[in-house]
Amino acid sequence: MIHIIAFYLFAVMTVGSGAITILSRNPVHSVLWLILAFFNAAGLMVLAGAEFIAMLLVIVYVGAVAVLFLFVVMMLDIDFAELRAGFVRYFPLGALVAVVLLAEMVLGIGAYHAGGIQLGTPSGTASTAAGVSNTAAIGALLYSRYLFLFEAAGIILLVAMIGAIVLTHRQRGDTRGQKISKQNARRPDEATVNVKPEVGKGVTL
Amino acid sequence: MDWSQSLRLIAPEETLSIAGLVLLLVAAWGGDKASRLISILSVAALVAAMALVAPALCGGAMGPDTSAFFGQFHADAFSSFAKILIYGSAAITLVLAPSYFERFNSMRAEYPILVIFASIGMGMMVSAGDLLTLYIGLEMMSLASYVLAAFLRNDGRSAEAGLKYFVLGALASGILLFGMSLTYGFTGSTSFPLINAALANGLPTGALFGIVFMLIGLAFKISAVPLHMWTPDVYEGAPTPVTTFFATAPKVAGFGLLMRVLLDAFGGQSAAWQQIIVFIALASIVVGALGAIGQTNIKRLMAYSSINNVGFILVGLATTTQAGATGMLVYLTIYVAMSVAGFTAILMLKDADGNYVEEIAKLAGLSRTRPGLALALAMVMFSLAGIPPLLGFWGKFVVFQAAVQADMLALAAIGIAASVIGAFYYLKVVKVLYFDEPADVVTGESDVWHKIILVFSCLFISPFGYLLTGWLGANAEKATTALLAAL
Repeated sequence: MIHIIAFYLFAVMTVGSGAITILSRNPVHSVLWLILAFFNAAGLMVLAGAEFIAMLLVIVYVGAVAVLFLFVVMMLDIDFAELRAGFVRYFPLGALVAVVLLAEMVLGIGAYHAGGIQLGTPSGTASTAAGVSNTAAIGALLYSRYLFLFEAAGIILLVAMIGAIVLTHRQRGDTRGQKISKQNARRPDEATVNVKPEVGKGVTL
Repeated sequence: MDWSQSLRLIAPEETLSIAGLVLLLVAAWGGDKASRLISILSVAALVAAMALVAPALCGGAMGPDTSAFFGQFHADAFSSFAKILIYGSAAITLVLAPSYFERFNSMRAEYPILVIFASIGMGMMVSAGDLLTLYIGLEMMSLASYVLAAFLRNDGRSAEAGLKYFVLGALASGILLFGMSLTYGFTGSTSFPLINAALANGLPTGALFGIVFMLIGLAFKISAVPLHMWTPDVYEGAPTPVTTFFATAPKVAGFGLLMRVLLDAFGGQSAAWQQIIVFIALASIVVGALGAIGQTNIKRLMAYSSINNVGFILVGLATTTQAGATGMLVYLTIYVAMSVAGFTAILMLKDADGNYVEEIAKLAGLSRTRPGLALALAMVMFSLAGIPPLLGFWGKFVVFQAAVQADMLALAAIGIAASVIGAFYYLKVVKVLYFDEPADVVTGESDVWHKIILVFSCLFISPFGYLLTGWLGANAEKATTALLAAL
């Protein structure tokens, strides 16, 4: 029973927050709803008995969004005082969301302990071996049966890296780098010195 | 499964990967000064890869001996045929590139390396025996292509082309992935033969949706109507050597993949996708022909021409027969040669200061100032229009012959009628070249390598090309036999 309740809760929340992600006008709100959608999708994965994929969703996607946020905060001119101004007003709403997430986690873990739900009828090729945790099963497949594709995926990441460098890296003429050899070669007698001339005496250079 | 045999079968991919990685190191230390050297070595690597795949095509390799990594990868005659075209056109775009990019002081060492990685991805696409190979190959090609489209990053049009291609391409990939997950969900496997076996007893609605979504994603990659909107902008904005690349190798890879998916994975359910292919084939022919009429930029014109040709090639797929598939491969080969000739000629259109000329109006009277170049362009236009003495006619002929043999007379009739409309704008370009008052704009000198490539590709599409049709047809036949045997 707890399965059914948890499944519908997570499914409705995923679809709902997915819809609000596209409909919301403020991109920052969209990102927050996206996190909620990922979180609930992770819950669905837990229900299906795929705890590894669930953790991956939370760590990779929610983590990536957090990093993205950091960039936004770093790059945009955001007035933090104004940001904090709404804190008290929105606190109850935020607390409610936190409680809902906590409740979902408890429900999800409860449902997970009650065993995986049956999703259709898996054929012989798709079912996992009994007695192997699915992290171990994925690892064993990834490095044996799917080795070729795993390596190819590595090349895709390399291509993405090359692409990012090609499109953004440039030599700028107006930067002044540190020249260590020049600094070391500097001698006191060539350098500018700070003197305190007395009035009417002049200085020797 | 035998690992050493699998590793032997992916020898071309290994060669290219190692070449790409080593050249990346050369680029890291040599900088952009080494880019000519890297280009030469990349061409050598691509030629070596072609030599490695050639025996499989000549021997007509097929069956279980050619499948590597549990059937995820097929190194049979079909993939060899496509890979020779892909690697060959990638090598040609590398030869075309240096003089173009040096004009903008943008020849960078990463260009040949990205082309190599894109070629690996395309090779994986045409060898795919599994949805995962399909997707990883496609993404490897696409990611490299997005960067190549925006390679002239200081040029607004190039950056726009890259961004448009990226945003729309990512959307298409998402739709494709959705279709793949539906297919996997309803068949329980990602492997093409197992999908085919699972669908043997009928097609669940979910799997039908999977086919439709996958077709949407793949139609985007080959720029078939109704997912062609990006093509003119990207072709116009991307640097011309990159446009040459887009018009050749990724098209071959996209068609190879489409044939693998539809004839292998969904081969038993051809009734489900045949009408979709018939529709997009006719829509591409008509939209390509009508859209090209108002164009003033020759690269945009070539983009519409490419949409139009994609339609003709799809006619071969719409027949669902082996003759149709063979016709597609023959047409693809001829189309690659026509595209190479056309874009090389466009690269040679320079004004006195060495700026590239793309306006059709400025080509007026080219026959009097640069008769050789005008002749080459006119040959390409006549060949694209499918006018008999040139080889473009043969491509259309084999495809429509297959359609008639498959009792699809209406399809053939509409296609031929639309190709007459298409002939209008090709002939308009010829008229500007030969009968208008000379505009005397195109006076710049051309690179010697461009001349060599133009001469050879024009010889191939000239009536001399008919000497090769028997050989080409026989090899295409071997390739499609292997394709149908991969099941």
